[in-house]
Amino acid sequence: MSDSASATEKVAARGSRRTGTLYRGDPGMWSWVAHRITGVLTFFFLFAHVLDTALVRVSPNAYDEVIETYKTPIVNLIEVGLVGAVLYHALNGLRVLLVDFWSKGPRLQKPMLWTILGIWVVVMVPGAYFMLERTVRELFGGN
Amino acid sequence: MTLALDKPRSPRRPAARRGNFELASWLFMRISGLALIILVLGHLLIMNILDGGVHRINFAFVAGRWSSPFWQFWDLSMLWLAEIHGGNGLRTVINDYARKDATRFWLKIMLYVSMVLILALGSYVIFTFDATIPAN
Repeated sequence: MSDSASATEKVAARGSRRTGTLYRGDPGMWSWVAHRITGVLTFFFLFAHVLDTALVRVSPNAYDEVIETYKTPIVNLIEVGLVGAVLYHALNGLRVLLVDFWSKGPRLQKPMLWTILGIWVVVMVPGAYFMLERTVRELFGGN
Repeated sequence: MTLALDKPRSPRRPAARRGNFELASWLFMRISGLALIILVLGHLLIMNILDGGVHRINFAFVAGRWSSPFWQFWDLSMLWLAEIHGGNGLRTVINDYARKDATRFWLKIMLYVSMVLILALGSYVIFTFDATIPAN
C-alpha cells in the first residue's frame, strides 16, 4: 500500500470513530454546496429574465402578456424561491468576504453561518408574506 | 518516508508563471459581489416585495422607471456585473465537474456565447428603450 493510501486510511479511521463511516461534511462544506446551487440557479434565471424584459422592444402588449405569467400562483411561489436563493447567496457571500478579509473571519466562520441563516429567516418570513399575500387572498378569499 | 517531487531544486516553477488571471477573477467575484448585494437586493425588494410587488409591473411601470437616468444606470450596472459574476461562477463550476477536455471546451463556448448574447441584448434594450412604441 502506498504512503498516501495508508494516510487516507488513518484519517478515515480517526473520522469514523467519532462520526461513523460516512463523511457527512462540516456545515462549512454544506454552505459552499448551497452557495453553488443558488448561484447557478440565479444565473439561469438571469438568462430568462433578460429575454423576457427584452420584449419591451417588441411591443407593450407582448411584454405585458409575458409579465402576466409572473403573477400566476405557481410562478409567484417560484419567485419566493428565487428571492430566498439570492438572499442566501448574498448573505453567504458576505460571510465569505469576512472569512477572506477579516482577521477574525476564519475563526468565526461557523457562528457567522448560524447568524446569516438567522437573518435569512427573519427577512424571508415577512418577505414571503408580502410576495404571496395577494395570490393567497385571490385563490382562497374570492377577490 | 519521502515526498516525491519532480525537480525539487528547480529554480522556477512553471505553474507560477501563468499570469494572475485567476487572482483577478477571485478579486472580481468579491468586489462585484459586494456591489451586487446592493443592486440585486434593492431590485428584488422594489420589484417583488414593496407596494404590491410583481402585480404592479407592466410596460407603463418599466417606462416610468427607465425615464430616470438613475434607474437606467442601476439596471445597466446590475446587468453587466451580474452576468460576468454569474458567468465566471459557472466557468468555475464547469472547470470543476467537466471530466473530458472536449466537454469542458464546448460547455465553456456555450457559456461565453450566452454571456455575449445576454450582455448585448440587455444593453441594447436599456439604451434604445422607447416608451412611445406602438401597443401591438
